[in-house]
Amino acid sequence: MKLLVCISQTPDTTAKVSFKSDGKEFDAAGVQFIMNPYDEWYALVRACELRETLGGSVTALNVGPAANETTIRKALAIGADDAVRINADPQSAGFVAKQIAEYARSQNFDIIFFGKETIDYNGSEVGAMVAEYLDMPYISYASKLDLNGNTATLERDIEGGVEVLEVDLPFVVSAAKGMAEQRIPNMRGIMTARTKPLVEVAPVAFEDAAKAVQFTLPPAKAGVKLIDPENMDELVRLLHEEAKVI
Amino acid sequence: MVLVFAESPRGILKKAAFEAVTYGKKTADLLGTSCVALTLGSVKNAGELGVYGASRVLNIADTAFEHFDSQAVAAAIATIAQQNGATVVVLSHTSTGKSIAGRLSVRLNAGLVSGVNSLPAVNGAALHVKKSVFSGKAIAEYQIDSAVKVLSLMGNAVKPEATGAAISVENASAGAKGRIRVKEVKTQEGIVPLPEAEIVVSAGRGMKDPANWGIVEDLATTLHATTACSRPVADSHWRPHHEHVGQTGIAIRPNLYIAIGISGAIQHLAGVNNSKVIVVINKDPEAPFFKAADYGVVGDLFDIVPRLNASFKKFKAGH
Repeated sequence: MKLLVCISQTPDTTAKVSFKSDGKEFDAAGVQFIMNPYDEWYALVRACELRETLGGSVTALNVGPAANETTIRKALAIGADDAVRINADPQSAGFVAKQIAEYARSQNFDIIFFGKETIDYNGSEVGAMVAEYLDMPYISYASKLDLNGNTATLERDIEGGVEVLEVDLPFVVSAAKGMAEQRIPNMRGIMTARTKPLVEVAPVAFEDAAKAVQFTLPPAKAGVKLIDPENMDELVRLLHEEAKVI
Repeated sequence: MVLVFAESPRGILKKAAFEAVTYGKKTADLLGTSCVALTLGSVKNAGELGVYGASRVLNIADTAFEHFDSQAVAAAIATIAQQNGATVVVLSHTSTGKSIAGRLSVRLNAGLVSGVNSLPAVNGAALHVKKSVFSGKAIAEYQIDSAVKVLSLMGNAVKPEATGAAISVENASAGAKGRIRVKEVKTQEGIVPLPEAEIVVSAGRGMKDPANWGIVEDLATTLHATTACSRPVADSHWRPHHEHVGQTGIAIRPNLYIAIGISGAIQHLAGVNNSKVIVVINKDPEAPFFKAADYGVVGDLFDIVPRLNASFKKFKAGH
């Protein structure tokens, strides 16, 4: 079983978001970066579990600069066998997808894992793009993945329920809550991660036609209006007359 | 022209499709072109798309489309887009749309922006669109320069507008070749799914026990709202997994979000902070959720929620 897990690095969930250069770029000063939670908790852990029961290997892949190697080593500490870093600024979903597809094309992975989306750009785009480049089936928002020989059974979150489906290897999947439980790397994992192979690969040229050109912060909330707990008629009146939502 | 893929889960067009066509029609007006809608499989109410602005409705009746496969659907949309010279393709940012948007952008060599929440601005041959990023903490404006552009529309961002009349549906064809075998679709019938809900009543650990949920459900019934919950509640199996809103659960943007006994951790806010109006009911005046709220009530939820329900009932009876 040859598994690829694509991991992204994102600002921590609790990070304060601000921009510099007149809102043209994200201000990383003082921001703590983490492995995108869905990539880590669900995609990477499920891939490691499958490798533990079926054998094979788990490769972690990141498109990013050398500074991302701390995040990549964490993936190795959690259980990936080796890692690849495509040495480029992950400038857009289209760019990242092209890099991953070009790398994976010749590697014959059985399953390519993603998290359901990143917590910075919230696009949920890259997995579907890679699947199209590689002419593979794509299952998004999967909350369960089991393998029986060459056939996988998955559950996929849909509006108001789940879809149960089967698909043969190889395929691309994006992982959501339910697929696995978060793992904290243990000391042995952290020690062995230091010596596991981490290969640097050069990027291919790609110009994305969609570019983020301006960032703004949402308008500040006016502040909460506290309502007398004894007067719920007043809250209903405000929701009707002022907020106009009922 | 602007091509809108109108998704029809289990053979019926729903709100997401009408929002997408409304958005497609307005975009087409900005570009001085027409809006064409595409439906796949057997669809009960396809002609209704004319009501929301489609000048033509195409349907590919192939029964293979009754089971969703992103590969087959993206290939069909791309074929129709190319046959008809579409310059913008609009999808809904749903489980379906998220599975196909990336594929379609690769197929059509198109720039993609997913989860757009307002109409585009036309700038020569480029389009400028906005979306929420960093889990609601910022807004990004994108410029798309490619000849063909793909946009997926966030739910509840545009109100469906009935501007025309139902029209007849034209048959179209494109090969459907998927490799996914759908075995079963399990959905809750009779409940508006959370991403589509206009009013959401949500409760957290402050409820103390799953047996206490009756007051939340009663309030939701009065408001025709969908119920939701916080992560600890879903993790403790007090409420089903599909009700969990927040970062790891579902991100929603209803008109009204009523949070009962939820402290408002940043991971919870990430899933709900795009709601138009937020009401927070919590006994702790220091709960962080009050900072993100429009209206707040500090007090015992077991006392307040039934009285709020009574006030809503009184209001509904008078309107």
